[in-house]
Amino acid sequence: MLRYTVRRLLQLVLVLFVLSILLFVWLRNLPGGTVTAILGDRATPEKRAELESVLGLDQPIFVQYFKFLGRALTGDFGQSTGVAPGTDALQVFLTRFGATVELAFGAIVLALLLGIPLGYWAARRKGGVLDSGLIVVSLVGIAVPVFFLAFLLKYVFAVRMGLLPPSGRQTPNIDATRVTGLFVLDGLLTREWDASWDAVKHLILPWIALATIPFAVIFRITRASVLEVQGEDFVRTAEAKGLTTSTIRSRHILRNAMLPVITVTGLQTGALLVGAVLTETVFAYPGIGEALAVGFTKKDYPVIQVVVIASAAAFVIINTVVDLLYAVVDPRIRTR
Amino acid sequence: MRRPHWNGRGLTRGLAAAAAATLAVGLASCASSDRGSDASSTAPGSGAPGSSASGSGGTSGSAGSGGGAAADTFIFGAAGAPSMFDPLYATDGETFRVARQINEGLIKFTPGTADPEPALATSWESSADGKTWTFTMRDGVKFHDGTTVDAAAACFNLDRMYNQTGAGATQAQYWSDVMGGFKDQKDDAGQPVPSLYAGCQADGNKAVITLNSSTSKFPGVLGLPSYSIQSPTALQQYDANNVQAQGDSFAYPSYATEHPTGAGPYKFQSYDQANNTVTLVRNDDYYGDKAKTATLIFKIIPSETARKQELQAGTIDGYDLPNPADWSGLKDAGFQVEVRPAFNVLYVGLTQGNNPALADLKVRQAIAHALNRQQFVTSQLPEGAKVADIFYPDTVDGYTDDVTKYDYDVDKAKSLLAEAGQSNLTLNFWWPTEVSRPYMPDPKSVFTAFKADLEAAGITVNETSKPWNGGYLDGVEAHQADVFLLGWTGDYNTPDNFIGTFFTRTDNRFNTGTQPWGAELSDQLKAADAIPDKDQRDAAYVEINKKIAADYIPAIPISNSPPAIVVAGNVQGLVASPLTDERFASVSKTG
Repeated sequence: MLRYTVRRLLQLVLVLFVLSILLFVWLRNLPGGTVTAILGDRATPEKRAELESVLGLDQPIFVQYFKFLGRALTGDFGQSTGVAPGTDALQVFLTRFGATVELAFGAIVLALLLGIPLGYWAARRKGGVLDSGLIVVSLVGIAVPVFFLAFLLKYVFAVRMGLLPPSGRQTPNIDATRVTGLFVLDGLLTREWDASWDAVKHLILPWIALATIPFAVIFRITRASVLEVQGEDFVRTAEAKGLTTSTIRSRHILRNAMLPVITVTGLQTGALLVGAVLTETVFAYPGIGEALAVGFTKKDYPVIQVVVIASAAAFVIINTVVDLLYAVVDPRIRTR
Repeated sequence: MRRPHWNGRGLTRGLAAAAAATLAVGLASCASSDRGSDASSTAPGSGAPGSSASGSGGTSGSAGSGGGAAADTFIFGAAGAPSMFDPLYATDGETFRVARQINEGLIKFTPGTADPEPALATSWESSADGKTWTFTMRDGVKFHDGTTVDAAAACFNLDRMYNQTGAGATQAQYWSDVMGGFKDQKDDAGQPVPSLYAGCQADGNKAVITLNSSTSKFPGVLGLPSYSIQSPTALQQYDANNVQAQGDSFAYPSYATEHPTGAGPYKFQSYDQANNTVTLVRNDDYYGDKAKTATLIFKIIPSETARKQELQAGTIDGYDLPNPADWSGLKDAGFQVEVRPAFNVLYVGLTQGNNPALADLKVRQAIAHALNRQQFVTSQLPEGAKVADIFYPDTVDGYTDDVTKYDYDVDKAKSLLAEAGQSNLTLNFWWPTEVSRPYMPDPKSVFTAFKADLEAAGITVNETSKPWNGGYLDGVEAHQADVFLLGWTGDYNTPDNFIGTFFTRTDNRFNTGTQPWGAELSDQLKAADAIPDKDQRDAAYVEINKKIAADYIPAIPISNSPPAIVVAGNVQGLVASPLTDERFASVSKTG
C-alpha cells in the first residue's frame, strides 16, 4: 500500500511538471495577454515596452518559465491581474477553493443520496413504471447541458418566483464570521444560524444544477450493477444457504454493486470541475470555476495557472484515494 | 482490513430518508423564503433626463433570498473586482467607481456634468501665463483617519505622484498620460523625461502648483480619481509607494489593499474576496452633505446577464452599462434607466503606413463618404446617439460642427476612389469580439453594417476579428489593421483629452508619424494645449478640428452614444454622470 501510494505521488509530481510547462507555453503563445490586461486600451507603445521590461516579459520563454517554476515551488504563483487584481494568485485560489468544495461536495452528496437508492430500487423493479420513469429522468439529466439547466433553475426559482437568491455565496450585508472559508460550516461553528442558512439558500440551485449529471451517471451505474450482481452465482448460493433477504441484499448484492459506483464517483470529480465552471459562471458563485472563467476572459495567467495545476493535483489525488478505497472494498485487488 | 458490515435495508432506507430530507429542506426553503414585497412606490425621478419616475422593480426587506437590502444599504452590481483601492495606480472603471466614493480631489465635477466645482479646494486661480495655479483649501476638513486636510497634504499627494519610481511609475498611468515624466525618470538616451509638473508649495491655506508650461488639462485633471488627495499619515504608515513587480503582475502595499484613507463621503470597511463584495460605510465627519445610506456595497458580478437578473430579483439596487437592447424591457418592468449625456466617440481608424492606398487623402475621403453613419446610428444605437463629425461630443470645449462633412454618398465614394486609381481597393478591416464598450455596445453589428457600406462602394473587405484582449488591441497598436473599430470615453472636459490623446503622439495607433501631416497635427495640438486663454485655446481647437476633417482624416468619427446606468424603482437621488462619476452619497431608497 505504501509503495503504491509513493508511486502515485511520484506520478503526480511528473504530471504537474509536464502540465505546468505545457500550460505556461500555451498561455504565453495566446494572442493578447498580461500587458493589455494591465494597461487596457490606453497604453502607449512606450508604456507597453516599459511594462514588459519591468515584468520580465521580454525575456526568452524558458527563462520566464524557470523563474515562474522557482517562485511556484515556494508557493508564489504571482499576482492576479483580472480575477482579484493585485491579490496573490494562490490566495485567490485558496479563498475560492472553499466555495467550490462546498458546491462540489454538496452536489456529489446529493447525487449519491439520490442516485444509489433510486438506482437500486429501479433495478429491483426492472421494467416497472418507476424504473422507466427514472431512466427517462436520468437520460434528460445527462442530455441537458449544465449551463442551460442552471440558467433555467435560476430564471424560474430566483428571478421569476423569487424563492432563492439568483447568485453569489451569501447576502452581502449579513453578519458572518469566517472560520474555515466554508460558509455553511462557518455558520454552524459560530452558531450564526442565519448566516449558515443564508449560505445554504445560495447553494440550493447550484447544487441541483451541478448534481444532475453525476446523479444520472450514478443512478444508471448503480442500476446496471445491481442487475448484473443479482444474477451472479454467489447470490444464488447465498439464497440456497437460506440467508435472509436483507443479508443477501446488503452483504452480497449492494456491496458488490458498489464497486463501479465508487469508480464512477471518483471519475465524476473531474466532470464536477468542468460543471463547476459553468454552474459558478451562471450563478456568479465565486469559486475556482468562476475564477477560471473570468481568468480566461481577462487573461489572468497567474490565476489560470494556479487553478489548473491545483485542480489537476486534486484530480489525481482524488483518483488515488478512490483506487485505495476500491482496494478496501474489493479484497481481490489487495491480493494482486 | 476489516470488512465493513452493511445492513442493506437500513442503508437504503437511510439513504432514502436522507434524500427525502434533502429535497424537503430545499422545498421548505422555497416555501419559507422571506422575499420582500415588490415596492410599488412611485419614486420621484432621479434627477437625470430619461429617468422613469415610477417603478416596482426594487424590492426591499430583510437581507436574504430574493429580498433587497434594507433602506440604509445601497448595493451596486459591479462588473469586475477593483484592482486595489489606491486610485493613483488604477486605470479601470471599477476601481475608480469605488475610489470616487472614498476620496475627493482638489476639485470635483458638478453632478451630471463634466464641469469643475470646488471640492477640497474652495476656489482656485491661475496666473496669466497659466503656469501657476493657486488652490485655496477648505477649512475644517479631516481625512477618515482624523488627519487634517490642508495645503501641505495636497502638496504631499502631488509630490508623491511625481516622485513615483520603478513599478509604481509604471502603474501610475494617469500621471504619465497627463503630466508626462516622473521626477527621476530618464528616457532611453538617459535624458530626463519632460513633465508638466514643476512643484507644489503650501502657503498657509493655499496650495500653489507650478507647471512647466500652460496646459488645458488644468484644473479639470485634478478631478480625476487618480489625482485624489489621500491621507499623508496613512500613505506613509501603510507604505503606499511600495508597489512591486511580482511574476506577471504587481503586488500592492497594504495601503492599497486594506487601508485606503480619503476624505470622501464613504469610508472603506472591507473587501471580502470570499463573497466578492466591497463594503463602504458612511463617513459621519464628511464636510458636505452626509451620505444618505449608511452602507454602500459593491457586489462583484462579472456577467451582465447575472447583474440584470440580480436587479430583477431585487438582490442588488443597480448596475452600470445595461445593454441598450434591454433598456425598454427594464423600463417596462419599473426600473429606472438613467441615460448619461454622451461623452464618448466611436471612430473607424485608418492606419497609415500599412496599406499604401490609405496614404491618399482621396481614398480616406471616399471611405468617409461610403459609410452610412446616420443609418447606423438610427438602427443600432440607443436613443440620443448622434452622428459625430468631429472626434468629441458637443459638450466639450472647442466644439464646432462647421467642418467638412462627409455625407453618405456611394457615387462620390466611387468617383473619389477612381480619381485615386483605387477602384479595386481591398481593405483589411478589424473588429473586436468578447467586448462591449459604451460607445460600441455590439461591435459585430457595427462591423457588419460598415462592411456592407464599403462593399457597396466597390471596396473589397477582408474581415479580421479577434478578442479584445486576445490579439485585437495588440494588433491594432502594432498597426496590423488597415481599418479598425475603436473609440474613447472622455475623462474630463478638454479637447486635449480626446484629440490630444489620439494624435499628439505620432507613434499612435493610427501611425500618423509615417505621414508628413502627422507631425504637423501633433505640433498644432501641443500648441493649442499650451494656450492659457480659454477663448483663444478653444478657437485654436476649432481650427484643428477643421483641418482634421478637411486635410488629415486620420480616422473617421462615427457617433457619440449615450450609455446608461440602471437602478431599482425605489432608488432616488442618483445623478447620471457623463464621466461615469456617479457619487452614491446622494442616493437613497424608500421602503
